[in-house]
Formats: sequence, structure tokens, C-alpha cells
Amino acid sequence: MAKVMVVTSGKGGVGKTTSTAALGAALAQGGQNVVVVDFDVGLRNLDLVMGAERRVVYDLINVVQGDAKLAQALIRDKRLDTLSILPASQTRDKDALTEEGVARVMGDLKEKFDWVICDSPAGIERGATLAMRHAEVAVVVTNPEVSSVRDSDRIIGLLDSKTELAEKGERVQKHLLLTRYDAGRAQRGEMLTVEDVLEILSIPLLGIIPESEEVLKASNMGSPVTLANAASAPARAYADAARRLMGETLAMVVPSQRRGLLGKIFRRAA
Amino acid sequence: MKNVLSFFRRRGSAPVARERLQLLLAHERATLGGRSDLVSILREEILAVIAKHVTVERDKIQVRMDRGGSVSTLEVDIEIRAPNGAELALSA
Repeated sequence: MAKVMVVTSGKGGVGKTTSTAALGAALAQGGQNVVVVDFDVGLRNLDLVMGAERRVVYDLINVVQGDAKLAQALIRDKRLDTLSILPASQTRDKDALTEEGVARVMGDLKEKFDWVICDSPAGIERGATLAMRHAEVAVVVTNPEVSSVRDSDRIIGLLDSKTELAEKGERVQKHLLLTRYDAGRAQRGEMLTVEDVLEILSIPLLGIIPESEEVLKASNMGSPVTLANAASAPARAYADAARRLMGETLAMVVPSQRRGLLGKIFRRAA
Repeated sequence: MKNVLSFFRRRGSAPVARERLQLLLAHERATLGGRSDLVSILREEILAVIAKHVTVERDKIQVRMDRGGSVSTLEVDIEIRAPNGAELALSA
């Protein structure tokens, strides 16, 4: 049976879309059949980050309203044939998403894929609650920064009250994904540490994504970072997180890209 | 000289962030965490039970919840129209 997973955060700009693309691609690279769904109606960006912006014909709203068939709106990734994207609408507003319509589309997606990953819009409004509505797994993307941690706490509260599972008295499986982490700064007391954030939010840790220029480079190119540069530190961190989602137990390390002086010299030469 | 001293004494801002968050979230969890839902559910169910026995108007019932550190209080105020037309206030 397919797993429905929401990538959410409350606060904007912390890396939801980047993480959706990277985790989706990493799971697909592992042989899973994956669809990533953009719920950010009016401000769609998942298509752009994944390099599919010129292939969008129909979108989620068209499917929800019955103007297009699901198969017409799904875009298959050119690099990975186990990865598909269902884009959001850029012209409509979020009110065009109905609860029943979303439920029907989710049901159809669950029949076709192993993973349905919903990229939530920022905020705690309708779009965000619809994105989490059917999830059984939630990835809470958090930066080690006060406003992001506060908003994540709020989102965790919503996951425990506004989802279908919560209303049935069951629990959404929640995971923390700490992004833009700088181990050096945390060690020097300039940034909340992994332990600080875990203690405050008290949900299990899925992965630590180090701050890295590779993330911007990948989105510039329109490619999930796990595909753009699989050997890079963030890509390895996302790949590990995806394996944990598949049930593997891996030691939690902060992948680092630091090189010694020699490494730096050789990198320049290379 | 002052700058040099403060450089060596520097402890970093992360502990401050951590402390502020812990205080703030303890407060926010108490006031926001699912409260609006719980109170409105209680309100509906209490209304249903009361309405079985006496006539009561929707806007004549008030439910308030105050969550404290160790004890929370639930305040219910219901106005019931007595059979002779006079109003009877019920408070729990």
C-alpha cells in the first residue's frame, strides 16, 4: 500500500520544496515509484526546482475539478522514470482545492505509486492543512533558528489534530529534518544544536542537511540535489534520510564538505 | 580593550535562543495546542446533553478553559429559560 507523506514546516523558505524534490528523487533512485505533489496553489515552484517547468500542461486543480485526467497532468521525470510530478496551478487560488476533490486524487495516486509526497505551502491556512490531511508520515523541515523552530512546533500541533489519522484517534508518524545546519557554528554556540532542536520539538530525527552551496547550484540547474551531485554533502544527507524512511537504521552523521588546506588546493586545481 | 575582553568572554547566542524558545513554547502549547477544538467540541456536546432535558439557546452557553501549569479549569455557563418564562442561570 502506498505511503502518503507531507513535507511541511509552517515557516516559508526553510527548504520544503528542496527537500520534497531531494527525498522524492532519492526514494525513486532506490527503486520506489514516487510522485511529488505541489500543494502551493498560486505559487507553484516544485516544477521549477525539478526542471519540469516547461512541461506543465495540466495541474492539480484541473484534476481535482475533473477538467483533466490524472494521467494527463502527471509529468514523468526525464532522468528517473520512477519519479513523477503533479504540479500546482499558477493561476488559480487555493479555494479551488476542495476537500473531496483532494481526497479523490490522493486515492487515485495511492493506487499508482509507492510514495505520494505532498509539498505543503508555508503557513497554517487551508493549503497547508489540505496538504497534510491524508498523510500518514510527516517530514517537518526546520532550520536551527528561533522562528522556524516555533513554527514547526505549531505545525506539529496541527499534525496531531487536523489530519485524518488524528481525527480517528491515531497518530501521524512525524520526523524532523534539520536543514541549513552548520556544525561549526553550532559547536561555537552561535547556532542551536541538533540536540537543542530535538529537545524542544521532541519528535524523532530523520536527517541533518548541512548548509551547502550545492543546494542553490542544484536548483539553478532544475535538478534535485540528490541527482545533480550525488556525492555532495547535502545529497548524501538526503539519501540517508530516504533510506531511513524506508525503514533502515543508519548512524546519524552530519555529512561534511570541509576539506583541509591540501583538499582545497587540489579542489581548485581539479 | 573592552572588545578584546568581551571576545574572550563570549558565550554565543545559541543558549539564549534555546532558553527563549523553551519559555515561549511552554506558553504557546498551553494556549494554542488544540484548545479551540477542544472547547468547541465540549460546547457542542454539553449543549446536546442539556437540550435533551430543557430548552436552551445556542448562544446562551459559554465554555471557557484556562490551562495552568498543574491545574486547568473548565468553566461552563448556561442560561436556561424556566417554564414560567423567568431565566435561570446554571453555572458549573
